[in-house]
Amino acid sequence: MTIQAGVAPAPNVFWRRALRHRSFAVGALLCLVVLGAALLSVVWTPWSATEIDVASKLRPPSAAHWLGTDVLGRDIVSLLLVGARATILVGIIAVGIGLTCGVCLGLIAAAQRGWTEELIMRFSDFTFAFPAVLSAIMLAAVVGPGMVTSITAIGIFQIPVFVRVTRGSAGAIWAREFILAARAAGKGRFRITIEHVLPNILSILIVQATIQFALAILAEAALSYLGLGTQPPQPSWGRMLNDAQTLLFQSPSLAVYPGAAIALAVLGLNLLGDGLRDLLDPRLARQR
Amino acid sequence: MSASDQTLLDVQGLGIQLNTSRGPAKAVREVSFALRRGETLGIVGESGCGKSITALALLGLLPDSAVVSGSIKLDGRELVGLDDADYCKLRGNRISMIFQEPMTALNPMHTIGHQVAEPLLRHTGCSVAEAKRQAIALLDRVGLPDAARRYDAYPHQFSGGQRQRVTIAMALACKPDVLIADEPTTALDVTIQRQILDLIADLVAEQGMAMILISHDLGVIAENVQRMIVMYGGTVVESGTTDAVFSRMGHPYTQGLFRARPRLGARKGTRLATIAGTVPELADLPAGCPFAERCTLVIDACRTALPPAVEIGAGHGVRCIRTDVALARDPVGVVA
Repeated sequence: MTIQAGVAPAPNVFWRRALRHRSFAVGALLCLVVLGAALLSVVWTPWSATEIDVASKLRPPSAAHWLGTDVLGRDIVSLLLVGARATILVGIIAVGIGLTCGVCLGLIAAAQRGWTEELIMRFSDFTFAFPAVLSAIMLAAVVGPGMVTSITAIGIFQIPVFVRVTRGSAGAIWAREFILAARAAGKGRFRITIEHVLPNILSILIVQATIQFALAILAEAALSYLGLGTQPPQPSWGRMLNDAQTLLFQSPSLAVYPGAAIALAVLGLNLLGDGLRDLLDPRLARQR
Repeated sequence: MSASDQTLLDVQGLGIQLNTSRGPAKAVREVSFALRRGETLGIVGESGCGKSITALALLGLLPDSAVVSGSIKLDGRELVGLDDADYCKLRGNRISMIFQEPMTALNPMHTIGHQVAEPLLRHTGCSVAEAKRQAIALLDRVGLPDAARRYDAYPHQFSGGQRQRVTIAMALACKPDVLIADEPTTALDVTIQRQILDLIADLVAEQGMAMILISHDLGVIAENVQRMIVMYGGTVVESGTTDAVFSRMGHPYTQGLFRARPRLGARKGTRLATIAGTVPELADLPAGCPFAERCTLVIDACRTALPPAVEIGAGHGVRCIRTDVALARDPVGVVA
């Protein structure tokens, strides 16, 4: 007998398979490191990340400052740790905005069809035409730059991606016979959407969310670098890159650390997303 | 029961127009039948003749773009044009349906117990514990072994036959008045087919439901229903009691369908009889009899207008102007 697609395997089997899946394991480890750094920074950092000590600026790595200090004498390790907080915060909230609005709109479009669907899809096409950076610049011009501006801009930018993914996969589920059976059992569109469609597309959405999270981190770094995102003295990886730019030839390592942190976080999320896609898809899982 | 002679489901002049990529298609036209409480009706015909569309129309589950004309009355209440919220209260409660593919008719993400208990919770307003108790009793009744223990199992843990038993339990949960079974055994092994049909027949008799059994298999129809209609090209070409139709097939299509069945004991190398040609595209049905292009008895008059139904016996109607010729010709091929 064939095994039906979309069946969640028992939890312990899932974890055993997950740990054996190389890209999932590496991705999860990298993500845990970033998350750990952010959590650690809440309770402890080697130095204060906002304290300026111009006397000890641009120090090379030493026992006191493991990765040295920046142009204002701030400890690089502390900045990286606290910067992880901004990254994760922006990622979670922006993806949260995109996921919530996008999935709702996508589900409505798939359930209602007709002009509702048309309206939602054209709206998402319209939103899609504005890159995050452009909408952030527009927003910053109106309300001023800052973390909230960048989160909102990135969040809005994420909505159409989720609308499309949701509508596409939900549309495929609506065509399945068990949906017809559910309708024949007297269920309305809303209940079918919540009880039958959403659970069946959840794995696709989870995978998409991890990929969007990585994109949000990149966008946040870009916006902070441009001075539209996180504002000083609040540290962020993008800001650190911005600060390092002027000293690129004097002390290039200042750009390398935040750059590496961004790259590793994005790599980790992408690997995690790939791994999850394999693990949550029973068809791919069986080939292993 | 005194209510037994009262018409439960009355379909008059049902027409369905679908919007396809090739333009509007009259998928169903001039379909009429009536069903009394406790009565069983078979709908037989090839793929694409409008059987399943008719069934979906009864449940109000056609695509939004479909245009329905005519009348469908359940206990005197008009269902054509009923709004979706009201229809939801009928579906699964007074009219329910068993689907062709038990492999895909169950949601892979939910336990079978949940799926059987769901209509009970929804339509009868009973408690969760009561719904579970009734669902287990139902699963037990449809012959699912060890129902109480397997209540929390997922569809993929069952075989095709067992899953069809589960979908039957789902359809019967609220004791509907009308059960529509759309090719309930087509996807199953031959050995299981008989068991499932017997189970459905038992349950229909037990609960006094009316049943519409849709099939392309004349054998299944002959053994399981009291009355039958034969559909072709979206319309009813012959209708009557099963006995009457099988003893005196009045429509050339019904005769052709009957001759095309495989027979045991036929000489080796005997080819199966076929009906030449293919089913007409619903998007460009001819103005006249839809079977005209494939009919051996065709005359010019057949192509001008859809023939009216003529009575050739008590309650036995045939939509053919050449019925007399069809009835007179070689009965051997038909009855043997």
